[in-house]
Order: sequence, then structure tokens, then C-alpha cells
Amino acid sequence: MNSALIIILAAILISAGVGIFAGRKMKMNLENWTVGGRRFGVVLIWLLMAGEIYTTFTFLGASGWAYSKGGPTYYILIYGTLAYSLSFFILPLLWKIGKKHGLHTQPDFFVHRYNSRALGIFVALIGVFSIIPYLQLQLAGLGFIVEVASNGAVSSKAAILLSFILTCAFVYTSGIRGAAWVAVIKDILMLLAVGIVGIGVPAIYFGGIDKMFALLIEKMPQHLVFPGSGGHMNVWWVMSTVLLTGLGFYMWPHVFGSAFSAKSAETIKRNAIIMPLYQIPILLVFFVGFTALLVIPGLENGDTAFLSLVNKAYPPWFMGFVGAAGAVTAMVPSAILVLFASTLISKNIYKGFKPGASDETVMRLSRIMVLVITTVALIFAVLLPNELVNLLILGYDGVCQFFPGVVLGLFWKRATKTGVFGGLVVGIGLVALLILTGNDPFLGLNAGFVGLCLNAVVVVALSLMEKKERRPEEPGLAAEKRI
Amino acid sequence: MPKGTKLALILGAIPFLTLVFALPLVNRIHPVILGLPFLLFWILAWVMLTPVLLFAAYKLEKKYNPPQEGEDR
Repeated sequence: MNSALIIILAAILISAGVGIFAGRKMKMNLENWTVGGRRFGVVLIWLLMAGEIYTTFTFLGASGWAYSKGGPTYYILIYGTLAYSLSFFILPLLWKIGKKHGLHTQPDFFVHRYNSRALGIFVALIGVFSIIPYLQLQLAGLGFIVEVASNGAVSSKAAILLSFILTCAFVYTSGIRGAAWVAVIKDILMLLAVGIVGIGVPAIYFGGIDKMFALLIEKMPQHLVFPGSGGHMNVWWVMSTVLLTGLGFYMWPHVFGSAFSAKSAETIKRNAIIMPLYQIPILLVFFVGFTALLVIPGLENGDTAFLSLVNKAYPPWFMGFVGAAGAVTAMVPSAILVLFASTLISKNIYKGFKPGASDETVMRLSRIMVLVITTVALIFAVLLPNELVNLLILGYDGVCQFFPGVVLGLFWKRATKTGVFGGLVVGIGLVALLILTGNDPFLGLNAGFVGLCLNAVVVVALSLMEKKERRPEEPGLAAEKRI
Repeated sequence: MPKGTKLALILGAIPFLTLVFALPLVNRIHPVILGLPFLLFWILAWVMLTPVLLFAAYKLEKKYNPPQEGEDR
């Protein structure tokens, strides 16, 4: 057993232990399991949201993009910030509606606002299909980090199996509370790892971040602006992409749903204020990618830049530490993804077809679905590790299409379910068409953004075409005047 | 729309102006500030200023909007 292996195993086991322990005294009903009884304060909500947002992609992808594409990687700093700014205005309203009407999930909101279980089922299906590739990406990232960090002592498949079975266990027992407490460990490990490496490597090789940049500016200045080395990723592409991902960010069913766990609308608002500070670690990850470009140029896969550089610059036990941080960083979002995918299936799809199902049945089914989804994701991760990347892009572009339905639903009385249905079908259809025919980017713009624009137009047009008096009195939100 | 909400929305729109629509104007390396290429410095500066803007928005809402009944702290 080498030191790296011991550190990684310890981190995975301790995290799972904390996760299981977190729910020990709670009576697990749907309310406690999915939204933590709506009792999370600012700190826990912050950790939970940061836990699900900053994933293995933060480690590997952001440094990989800084390495291989350069400037376009800055888009990650931007879209999160836009999303937080937007969330300041939207999430507190959603929270109030959620509290008042006992909503647990994103489709619950659609069902409530548009008074249509069918729309809820449709939204839940899109959500689940988008979550599965995202989950698989977390697993693949986890396996990759642990395998490299343990220097091959733990195979990627073994790492995925072990950590994911444990994740499944704490989701099963503790629900979202388990994920929030494991997020505490994750945050400490990840901030330490990123802080040490991000400040460390430029200092080790060049004597500081400014000197590293001075050298890059001298050697390859164009790498540091748009489009950098990213081909089509010019400034227009970046603008359309940050708008799409910034607006769509809270439309991920698990991120949307987590907002309901806050104890008040005020908590959510304060959380939105401090969230942008969490972007600083990403900046440090960029520094690692840029340093790697100077120190170890010519890597075939940019995503390996972070780990390759750590391997070169630090002793093996530190690699173990990075591996541990990477593993836990994948476990937290995976937990939340599994939890919400399960709840979407039981609460919105199953109960959508069988409205009479009791909360106990739905809760029991949710837990069974945790096992099913875990198994499905594991099979994908082990058998088809590389097949889902396109599905992930489609998934991200897909959930972004919920934006008009949510925002117009909140602020525009006349938005109708027909409009939202139509907008979703047209938006997602167009995105799928553009991506599958190789037309992303379309006229230099992100295909998802093109879909989103058309989607919004369709929602507005179809809603306006419906005769006002035909609609029954909406139980919906725009009617709740105080909000 | 209450005055506080209006002011808050104006502040909340600033990151969208600076971090999206201003990008074509700041897509450059020079001047290098604090060792960072100008584009990265610009983005970072507005990322860091966003919490300040949102905090101001929060305070303005508190100041100008009437307290809502039944509000949980």
C-alpha cells in the first residue's frame, strides 16, 4: 500500500461515514430527504451549492481548457457570476412558492404554475435524460483522477465502484443532508489542493504568477485572449455561451431543487451575494493550466495537464491528497444528481401517472430509484466511458431550455402550458438538429443559445395566441400578488 | 415595481453589461495589470465586484421596499 492509496481510501471512507451519520436522527420522509426539511442556513446552503457546482470538471476541465484553448476558458469565471447575479432575483421567489405549496423539485414548479401534470412529466423526463450523462462524467472524472493519483495502484473502475456504492449508501440513508455534510469535507480538501497547486506551481517554476504570465505574453500572447487556441471560440461565441450557460445554470434540476432546502428566502438571497467569491479557486486552476503549458507543452489530452504537473512538481503523497480531493469532489455532485434524478422519477413521473400515490410510496420508490440510477450510471461508466460526451452537451443545452418556462412563469401572467410545451419542443429540437448535423456553433453562436432564443419566441407567441378567457384562473404565481 | 426592486435590478444588470456585452471592447492583452492580461484582469475585477453590487442591491431593497408581512427573517 503506498501513501497515496491510503490517503485516497481514507478520504472516501470518512466522507461516506459523515454522509451516513448526517441523517441518523432524522425521520426520512420526502420533505427531509429531498429538501432537508427546508432548514439549511447560509453556510450549509453555500457549501451545498458550491458542492454541486464545482465538480471534477473544475479540476480537470478548467485547467485542461486553459492549457489547450487558452482565453475561452475564462467563460467559466463569467457564466457562474452571471448565474449568481440572476439567482439573487429569481431563487427567493421560487423558494417562497416552494415553501407555500410544498414543492420539492423543478417539475413540481411547472406542475404548480401551469397546472399540468403532463408538463411536469415532460420536464422531469428531460431532466433525467440530462442528468445521466452528467453523472457519468463525474464518475469518469473520479476514476481518472484516482487512477492517476494513486499511480495505477487503484484502477479507475475499482475507484468508481467503491466510491459510487458508498455515495449511493449515504444518499439512500441521509438524502440531501448527507450531501451537504460531505460537501464540507469536499470544500476543505478541494480549496487546499487548488490553493497549494494554483499558487505553488507558478512560484516553483517561474517565481510567481506575474512572471509566469509575463513569459506567456512574450511567447504566445494570442493564447490569452479570445479565441485563443480554441478555433471557433471567438468573442461572439463566448458571449452567446456565457449567456446560455449563465441563464441555464439554475435550470439544472438538482441545482434548482437544492434552493428549496434553504430555511428562508433571505438565506437564498445572502447566498447569492457570496457565491461569486467561490470563483477564485477557478482562477487558481487556470494558473495551473497556463503553467503546465509552459512547463510540459505538447500533452495530447489537455485534461491531464493538472495531474501531470502536480505529479512533476510534488511528492507522491501529495498526489494522493489531490486524488482524495478529486474523489470527494466527484462524490458530492454525484450524490445530489442521483438524489434528484430519483425524486424526478418517483415524484414527477410515477406520481404524474398515478396521482393517488401516497408520500410513503413515493419516498420508497425514490430510494429504490437511487439504486437503479446508480447501477445504470455505473454500467455506462464502465462499458461506454466515452460515448456520452455529446449527450452531455445536449443535456446542458436541454436544461437551459427550461429558462423561459420558469422566468416567464414567474413574471408574466399570460404564459401558458401550451406555450411552454411548444417552446421546449422547438428549442430542444433545434439544438439537437444543429448539434447532430455538425452545425454547432451556428453562425458563430452557441447552438444552445440559438435554441433558447427561438424557444422564448415560441413561448411568448403561443401564449399570446391563446384566448385570455379560455384559461381558467391560474393557481399560479403571477397571481400571487405579493410575490 | 417598488423603488428598492428597481434599483436592485439596475445593480444586478451591471455584471451582464460588463461581463457579456463589453467583452468585444476588452478582448486584449495590454495593458497588463497586476501581472494579468487585461482581459483576464477585467473579468476577474467584475467577478469580485459582483458580491459588492449584490450586497448594495440587498441593502437598497431593505431600505426602500416595505417589509412584507409573514417574512421569515
